Amino acid sequence: MKRSPTAAPTRRRFLAVAGGVALAPLFVRSARATPATMAAAIREVVGEAPVREGKVTLELPPLVENGNAVPMTVTVESPMTAAEHVKRIHVFNEKNPQPYIATFHLGPRAGKAKISTRVRLADSQKVVAIAELSDGSFWSASADMIVTLAACVEETP
Amino acid sequence: MTQALVNVPAKAKRGEAIEIKTLISHPMETGYRHDTNGQPIPRDIIHTFVARYNGEEVFRADLHPAIAANPFITFFTVATESGVIELTWTQDHRDPVTQTANITVE
Amino acid sequence: MTSVVICFLISTSFAAEIPQDERRSGTAFMTRETQAMQEDDRANPGMLAVLDGEALWKDAPPGAKACAGCHGEAATSMKGVAARYPTFDEARGRPIDLEQRINLCRTEHQHAPAFTWETRELNAITAYVANQSRGMPITAGTDERSRPFVEAGRALFNKRQGQLDLSCAQCHDDNWGKRLAGSVIPQAHPTGYPEYRLEWQSTGSLQRRLRSCVFGVRAEPLGYGAPEQVDLELYLMWRARGMPLETPAVRP
Repeated sequence: MKRSPTAAPTRRRFLAVAGGVALAPLFVRSARATPATMAAAIREVVGEAPVREGKVTLELPPLVENGNAVPMTVTVESPMTAAEHVKRIHVFNEKNPQPYIATFHLGPRAGKAKISTRVRLADSQKVVAIAELSDGSFWSASADMIVTLAACVEETP
Repeated sequence: MTQALVNVPAKAKRGEAIEIKTLISHPMETGYRHDTNGQPIPRDIIHTFVARYNGEEVFRADLHPAIAANPFITFFTVATESGVIELTWTQDHRDPVTQTANITVE
Repeated sequence: MTSVVICFLISTSFAAEIPQDERRSGTAFMTRETQAMQEDDRANPGMLAVLDGEALWKDAPPGAKACAGCHGEAATSMKGVAARYPTFDEARGRPIDLEQRINLCRTEHQHAPAFTWETRELNAITAYVANQSRGMPITAGTDERSRPFVEAGRALFNKRQGQLDLSCAQCHDDNWGKRLAGSVIPQAHPTGYPEYRLEWQSTGSLQRRLRSCVFGVRAEPLGYGAPEQVDLELYLMWRARGMPLETPAVRP
């Protein structure tokens, strides 16, 4: 009998709760960032300057299989010339123990304002990328991720 | 043993923005975990990554514990002249790790 | 990292194997992002273990030859080897897995201490050897002498065990493609070991994965290198026969 991943099981029934409950805190919860601490961390970087939405593209998968390594790409629209370029890209999160993820220092020699890395996300949350341009302006993009919890993981720390 | 996997194009056209991909083995221990005896595991991360092109810094990243284990970082730089691209990862408790790659610019 | 998994499965009959043409590697059940991580050798963190293994291949233990000293270039001498493992060992009269073969080489030919299971060294050298067979079809367990051990592994795969009273087959033969908590249940083809698991944040062996599966159903995990565990590895590789080896795979 043919089966596809979405078809009903053939001989065995997957009754009751097909799945279950998995509790897997990635970090100790006593020290956690919050949307407020993230906002404060952003304020430390940008000062009183306004942060406008735009120019920045933040790519993160909307549904994350494992929060231990989430691929992230940030691209900023900029000619990347001596007169007009991206100086820094700051990335923040709201629910890890710390609001900081990374700061990338670029300049006209980058040629292209695009970076990739992999981040840890302790929980479903928002990530914010802020670009600091050579004219002193700040631009941002944000993304909301759902981090799923795996079944059948190891007991070890 | 720390292993680093670096991908720099061997050849590039002058003025072209080339992509450099880097991967290094490192636990990126957050400092927020405990061992099986309940003892805190001290933070042990790569906190800084720097790329130099013929000695001049062209890219830098300040990293926090939220960067995944075995950090993967990619970035661009303009191929200006033939020479050496030197990548350095600086970590909490041990010596920095440096790897170099040659590039020919035509 | 603590984890608690509670699941309820009710079975009404015995399992049957997945038809050959419906078999799919775990890669097919992952998100596009995780697949991309595996596909690009410049981005696949499992390649760090392969690189580490290459250094070990060339590194001679004190007073002995390096692996390369006898086997030369792994790209030729090790090509296809991992696809045959676990394989029947004449001297022991039973199958041994690739890690056991590497350790026998160390103790018998290099007169060096065996690598401890699940260490960086053993996983790295195994990943390096297995990587030489990437893309080649799995042939383990297809010979006559392996047959009784394949059958022993099959029996274990179908045996209900643990506090949850579940067999491997109830999830991986009968309910693959469905979700268990946030994860899609794969078909359990061990095509990419040693593999990089995002869960582990490192490269690990099939035996490590089997032990955590057994823990998942709240049964007593078998010891590393236990004959029953090798039988189970052999059955799983035979069950995946013909599928291409992917080492180092990336899995969530």
